[in-house]
Amino acid sequence: MENMEKFIFGKLTLDALPHLWYTIGATASILLMGIVFAIILTKTKLWGWLWHEWLTSTDPKKIGTMYLIFAALMFFRGLIDAGMIWIQQAMAADSTGYLSADHFQQIFTSHGDIMVFFVTMGIFFGLMNWIIPLQIGARDLAYPFVNSLGFWLTVAGGILINLFFVVGGDFANTGWLAPAPLSELEFNPGVGVDYLIWSLQLSGLGSLLAGINFIVTIIKERAPGMTLMKMPLFVWTSLCGMLLIITAFPVLTATTLLLWLDRFFGMHFFTTGFGGNQMMYFNLIWMWGHPEVYILVLPAFGLYSEIVATFSQKKIAGYTSMVIAALSITALSYLVWLHHFFTMGAGADVNSFFGIVTMLIAIPSGVQVFNWILTMYKGKVIFASPMYWFMGFVATFMLGGMTGVFMASPPADFQVHNSLFLIAHFHTMIVGVALFGSFAGITYWFPKIMGFTLNERLGKYAFWLWLIGFFVSFIPLYLLGFKGATRRLDHYAASTDWQPLYITAAIGFIIITCGILMQIYQLIVSIKERKLHLDTTGDPWNGRTLEWSTTSPPPHYNFAVIPTVSGRDPFWEMKLQGVQKGRRPGKDYPQKNYPEKEYSEKEYKDILLPKNTAMGIYISAFAFVFGFAVVWHILWLATIGLVGTIVCVIIISFDEHREYILPAAEVAQNEASIKSLVQG
Amino acid sequence: MEENIKVEDDIKVFGFWIYLMTDLIIFAVLFACFIVLRNSTFGGPSGHELFRMSSVLIETLALLTSSFTCSLAMFEIQQKRKNMATFWFAVTFALGMVFLFIEFSEFSELMDKGANWQRSAFLSAFFTLVGTHGLHISVGLLWIIIAIFRVWLRPLSAFNVCNIFRLVLFWHFLDLVWIFIFTVVYGTGHLL
Repeated sequence: MENMEKFIFGKLTLDALPHLWYTIGATASILLMGIVFAIILTKTKLWGWLWHEWLTSTDPKKIGTMYLIFAALMFFRGLIDAGMIWIQQAMAADSTGYLSADHFQQIFTSHGDIMVFFVTMGIFFGLMNWIIPLQIGARDLAYPFVNSLGFWLTVAGGILINLFFVVGGDFANTGWLAPAPLSELEFNPGVGVDYLIWSLQLSGLGSLLAGINFIVTIIKERAPGMTLMKMPLFVWTSLCGMLLIITAFPVLTATTLLLWLDRFFGMHFFTTGFGGNQMMYFNLIWMWGHPEVYILVLPAFGLYSEIVATFSQKKIAGYTSMVIAALSITALSYLVWLHHFFTMGAGADVNSFFGIVTMLIAIPSGVQVFNWILTMYKGKVIFASPMYWFMGFVATFMLGGMTGVFMASPPADFQVHNSLFLIAHFHTMIVGVALFGSFAGITYWFPKIMGFTLNERLGKYAFWLWLIGFFVSFIPLYLLGFKGATRRLDHYAASTDWQPLYITAAIGFIIITCGILMQIYQLIVSIKERKLHLDTTGDPWNGRTLEWSTTSPPPHYNFAVIPTVSGRDPFWEMKLQGVQKGRRPGKDYPQKNYPEKEYSEKEYKDILLPKNTAMGIYISAFAFVFGFAVVWHILWLATIGLVGTIVCVIIISFDEHREYILPAAEVAQNEASIKSLVQG
Repeated sequence: MEENIKVEDDIKVFGFWIYLMTDLIIFAVLFACFIVLRNSTFGGPSGHELFRMSSVLIETLALLTSSFTCSLAMFEIQQKRKNMATFWFAVTFALGMVFLFIEFSEFSELMDKGANWQRSAFLSAFFTLVGTHGLHISVGLLWIIIAIFRVWLRPLSAFNVCNIFRLVLFWHFLDLVWIFIFTVVYGTGHLL
């Protein structure tokens, strides 16, 4: 009988149901949101619309929007975690605060994983899905189905990382990288680490598929005339980031799988006994982890290059050196992983090598900063809100870069290793570079995505709240690090005099939260006032690259006729040549005239477009079932998940008709109706 | 159009090459772990005591031959000869099964000796590296069955031929990985 129960339920027992205040609360709110959502959809009869127009879509623009929404939802989860950490630390001088040590550990673990894997990567995948095809003059990604599959695998991973609220109650308490041997079965017998492992497996596979897809798209699908050295810099840095993904993410997959083999099959890769080697785990995980940092920031670098050129109304300074800088950062990022654990004691020679390579990264980064500043020099700079984010980024990037170079020196690193100084450093990089970059990018491309610009005034308020809040919360962490406060402290002695600084940091968090509320308010106001801010020209910022040559939002086929490219700023050149009449770059900002298409009806050709498919959802659902079953050791369910996944893959491999033809006549009709709509 | 389908130009084939690179990195990690843990036998048996080179040699020959027959199958598909293609795929499948059978019997023999993956870090790394390759071979075998169905059920259009070509690439890739396993795991294990 007991065997039977074990077979059916694995490690799952009634204890796994929610019984703590936060799991009950989270489960109840998830159920409540689900019910409300379902009622709204049923009342408005929008289920079919949601399924056919969005969930099963293979249009990169729709998948991009879904990535952005998904990342925004996960952002709130990560934000609540951050708030709980700060409040605990502000309270916990000579007291235990309001969280138990174990709960506190789970919170900082999930905060890290969610912010890195689902928020930052999600936002950039969203923007890349939207913008890369438009910038290279393509209609779609190379593999539309794989794109949908990658997104849904990421979602499956995102659900799995939150599922412990409903089933299990415990998340990993190991820190975001689950370092062995702490994450081994011996010290972590619960399922928290398994949830972490399988969530990363699913979302990691999704990222890998997206990485392959974007590389093939960028290499093979560019518009005629767009040579590699004519690609916009956002495309270049995204390509570099994607190259990092395809080389680094397999390492993550393999490493976490080895950890799982230790936990599930009793192997001894990283265990304390039987010849296991724990430092191998650190080496492997950081061999993925350091390139991952650049996966997060490289797309942001490219995006800033686009923004600074557009708003300075000048071409980017030193294009070639920017490309070389991005490629150098890509190459160097493989050779610095050991700087995360100089204290391992690998010896002076090894530490010196990795220290010097780490410092070398400052050179290409510096080249980029100088080029951005030189682009602004003698330009007619327009201080729109994306430009605010850009300037804020330059300031934080300087701070983060200098503290980074400081820590690249092993003797200095020994002093601040695993202290709050380190925490402050990498948050300066990830918040100040990647997150500010995504806000800049969203503000910049929002009119392209939605068809109207965001409210500028509120956007600037939000920026100031974010920037001030950021410094108020992280400068104290630098100081605390120097005073010896280590990371992941759930309480400390009042005699350390750390509490005022912790409280200041918590106040900074409140200011950041106000900034986020301001952004939400900005979004609501902008949607309400959208009639005032309609982007009828498709080019609200007087842009330079091809995405601005389409209407806002673009038709689902992106370009009625694929443009031919002759320079680095193709749209700017079109405007200069007067190909599209009524536009004078640099004179009347923002543009009021809709570009007159020069195409006659004869030039429209039949367009091949991808059909919708639900297979990405089915495969991800089976993969999710597999992941869940493996977490709980329910082997029959895991078999169902695995077989289901394989069968679905086989079925789709036989589906030859994944595309349909949009006839030229329909394209012409559609173009004409867009034109009349905008002009009327 | 009928005679020549340029599989090299297919965009999915290009992407598949990139996928193979990523898979290669997974194997690279496993190789690195194996090399690091090779001497961590923790008092248990070492590779020198365990490996029987004769069966490994047969295994290797079977896999190398299957790579050749797999290429023949692709050649026949390009020539639109369905019967011959099926025949060579069947031979490839049989050789792959021989390989898997020998691998399984080697594994079970080790387990009988008490040299299972829980015995030492060295054996964990050995079973994981060789087993991951074996898992890939199993996927390849499944794919061969599907490819035979594809040959019979579907026209030899560019879509299907390119799919089969990706299988052939995958199979050659596994062959290549095996050569490294033969060298790094069995070869050095036998010699050192």
